[in-house]
Amino acid sequence: MSARTIQGQKNLQDIRQASKDGIGGSPLRPDGNLKVKGEFAYSSDMWHEDMLWGMALRSPHPRANILSVDISEALKVPGVYAVLTHDDIPGTKYYGLEIQDQPALAIDKVRYHGEAIALVAADHPETARRAVKKIKVEYEVLTPITTEEQCLDPETHGYVHEPHEYKSHGSGNICHSQKLVSGLGVTDEVRAMADVIVKGSYEVGMQDQAFLGPESGLAVPSEDGGVDLYIATQWLHVDRQQMAPVLALPEEKVRLTLAGVGGAFGGREDLSMQIHACLLALHTGKPVKIVYARDESFFGHVHRHPATMTYEHGATRDGKLVFADCRIVLDGGAYASASPAVVGNAASLGHGPYVIPNVRMEAIALYSNNPSCGAMRGFGAVQACFGYESQMDKLAVELGMDPVELRQLNAMAEGDFMPTGQQIDSPAPVAELLQRVKDMPLPPPLDLEHLDVRTLPGALSNTSHGEGIVRGIGYSVGIKNVGFSEGFDDYSTARVRLEVIGGEPVAMVHTAMAEVGQGGVTVHAQIARTELGVEQVTIHPANTEVGSAGSTSASRQTYMTGGAVKLAAEAVRQALIEKGRRRYGWQHRDITLVGGKVVSEGAGVLVPMVDLLGDEAIDLTREHHHRPTVPFDKETGQGFGHVQYTFCANRAVVDVDVELGLVKVVELTAAQDVGKALNPLSVVGQIQGGCTQALGLAVMEEIVVKDGKVRNASFTDYLIPTILDTPPIPVDVLERPDPNAPYGLRGVGEAPTVSATPSIVAAIRNATGLALNRVPVRPEHLTGTL
Amino acid sequence: MRVTFTANGKPVEADDVWEGESLLYVLRERVGLPGSKNACEQGECGSCTVYLDDTPVCSCLVAAGQVQDREVRTVEGLADENGELGLVQQAFVDAGAVQCGFCTPGLLVQTDALLERDPQPSDTDIREALSGNLCRCTGYEKIMDAVRLASARTCERAASE
Ligand code: FES
Ligand code: FES
Repeated sequence: MSARTIQGQKNLQDIRQASKDGIGGSPLRPDGNLKVKGEFAYSSDMWHEDMLWGMALRSPHPRANILSVDISEALKVPGVYAVLTHDDIPGTKYYGLEIQDQPALAIDKVRYHGEAIALVAADHPETARRAVKKIKVEYEVLTPITTEEQCLDPETHGYVHEPHEYKSHGSGNICHSQKLVSGLGVTDEVRAMADVIVKGSYEVGMQDQAFLGPESGLAVPSEDGGVDLYIATQWLHVDRQQMAPVLALPEEKVRLTLAGVGGAFGGREDLSMQIHACLLALHTGKPVKIVYARDESFFGHVHRHPATMTYEHGATRDGKLVFADCRIVLDGGAYASASPAVVGNAASLGHGPYVIPNVRMEAIALYSNNPSCGAMRGFGAVQACFGYESQMDKLAVELGMDPVELRQLNAMAEGDFMPTGQQIDSPAPVAELLQRVKDMPLPPPLDLEHLDVRTLPGALSNTSHGEGIVRGIGYSVGIKNVGFSEGFDDYSTARVRLEVIGGEPVAMVHTAMAEVGQGGVTVHAQIARTELGVEQVTIHPANTEVGSAGSTSASRQTYMTGGAVKLAAEAVRQALIEKGRRRYGWQHRDITLVGGKVVSEGAGVLVPMVDLLGDEAIDLTREHHHRPTVPFDKETGQGFGHVQYTFCANRAVVDVDVELGLVKVVELTAAQDVGKALNPLSVVGQIQGGCTQALGLAVMEEIVVKDGKVRNASFTDYLIPTILDTPPIPVDVLERPDPNAPYGLRGVGEAPTVSATPSIVAAIRNATGLALNRVPVRPEHLTGTL
Repeated sequence: MRVTFTANGKPVEADDVWEGESLLYVLRERVGLPGSKNACEQGECGSCTVYLDDTPVCSCLVAAGQVQDREVRTVEGLADENGELGLVQQAFVDAGAVQCGFCTPGLLVQTDALLERDPQPSDTDIREALSGNLCRCTGYEKIMDAVRLASARTCERAASE
């Protein structure tokens, strides 16, 4: 190596040190300061001179015919500017994510408790509330169709959507179904190959996303006859695509800007108040704000599908899985929402991260008069994981094997095939993840001498001083797909601009990515720093002026929009280097941008970027498409259906008060392969947050629905984990790069929510010896008082 | 009705307040202080927590009329006069305790009050003190880190003074 080269590399080292805020670092969130100052503008904080408040009248019945709607008294309330029904909708009356089966306002019938029927705009929320009460609706109340049995027997119990109204490919109250057969399927001959067979029926209750920021936004009518909407959502472009036809406006006249989003978790994938606010704004010619109260939020978004599942697994005496036979029934409620994708996930991932030579699977989503269900973190994979992991524990008991060893023995690895026929072509360290959680030190045993009641089951309620408490440990592992699957090209767009501002090179990143708290904005800035060698990066507000970024869901944003930012930044870098080649005639092949300079590994610094850029801005837009996938065959489930897989393993330690049926999760350990941690601090935060939502599903969270009616639409009655309910969550992050993904990264957000629930239930079983085939586990399940 | 009170040290006045309005509504919609958040409006989530005469309260449960002539301090009042982040605010940013941030304003006020009472709380004390503040994003681990960090910095500051 020449002296000059060594000097060149030393210079670069110094320069490189400056850019620690690139990928792999943990720079602080660009919106962090605003958020802690209370200055970050969430969608519910939007305010406009002269704005009105919008509110919806919602159905008290899960199934009824609407005989008449009388708005005359409501219109007379002083301060009321408009009362609208479906008659006032200028365009198409239906919308939907995948299937346009949901009316923007109910037409002649209601199909679920809480369905919106009419809208009011008034000068004060209380005025609106009073006016809503004055709308008179005459119903013919019908018996709701709510159970699987009723749904599957429409001749007797009726149709949620009349057969001629069917917009899905389903029929007879089935919204979507997917079958899968691999190997020999499950026949008597296959069953005969197994030494041991275990069967089980499992249930998962209806979980709510329960994001804290209520559905809200501000619609402002514009002079061109269009509307500007400031909104908390997960996907600006798909909102617009659903809204424009209903508003009878061309898409370019429906402009969306992302307002601050107070969490999402899938619950903002569907429209809530978007169309309603715009209808009212366009009708009154005034800005209209809608903010849901918490009870309305429970009615205003879709939930996690409750599931009933039957599983049968066969294995050889030494623990090798021979077959799995599974049926997963998901209650999709009144409208399709994301049910088809949820079914696809359940069917293709429902066997778990295991190699099983023979599989038969059927997953279906029903239409019912229960609340609509759709996307929630880990969708489709969460329900199934509770089923197959419960089965693994049952099988381990039956075989007298250690539950972790049994899982490891059957764990899939790179090169193995999914039952869909898709080969796993990147690392799949399932066995290692299990080993890692197993090897983590255990928390100290319960110390009855020095106990603090606040750390026991029952906590501040002071219900136990250690008597009746039994400790248990449980394990689980799960699989989730990343990105949209089954042939969907969910590309992302990014625009990157590089220019000199105040004597410094500054990059600007513009995407329509919905930052919902996950930290995408931090990562985008890190990518721009790494690719462009700059320190200063600004993030442009997300809006529909740039192309779609796809949804902030399916663990896809860092992969997809992060990937688009990378492509756009690379293109900008290339353009700048080309400019330098033209100007200076550089011949070096290894030119790159580092620390605000154009450099060559061999020759060191060539020129400061500011000199080369001058007054010119380089502004380029790129789209990132993931590798193509195909739809699963309807009958066999075969096909290269998923973009990427992600895995997480957990160990849960619980204390159970067996007399009162109270559970305290003492510790919840997670190990996850993230491919490459672009921002380790955020990655750990995502895993801990995901685990906590899984804890909620395991022991507390359920929307209680009786005869189609929601019984607990409040935070008083729908319980999410508090800081006292949540244990320490040690996280072990593994980085095994996926060669197909940008930087080798793997989507992070959902895998822990998939995998953690069964580990907690396994720990409770371990403590109590009870079968526990339903989540959430309630006190009455533990005390036998059910 | 008209309500006058002190918000973050400044006198404020709200007119045409309907009797049923909460302090939270007045802060957010009438006096331009939307920092306190509205996640449940029934005393269950803590995201609306503010100081009312030095006591942290859920502002959604306080009727506007009750604050007449009293002192309210909100998240907007935690930064110092130059707009520099307060110690607790800085700790939340540094520890990665902010994701969507909707729970943050309430947690900041509650943490501020905790450290005021007890600059060195145990982990269980922290959990008890913050058990009325829901967070749906973080799993609370980074919030624990933030409070521990704020506690350490508070003690450091006290020692060096
Ligand atoms: S908004 Fe006041 S406690 Fe939830
Ligand atoms: S950061 Fe989102 S609720 Fe706490």
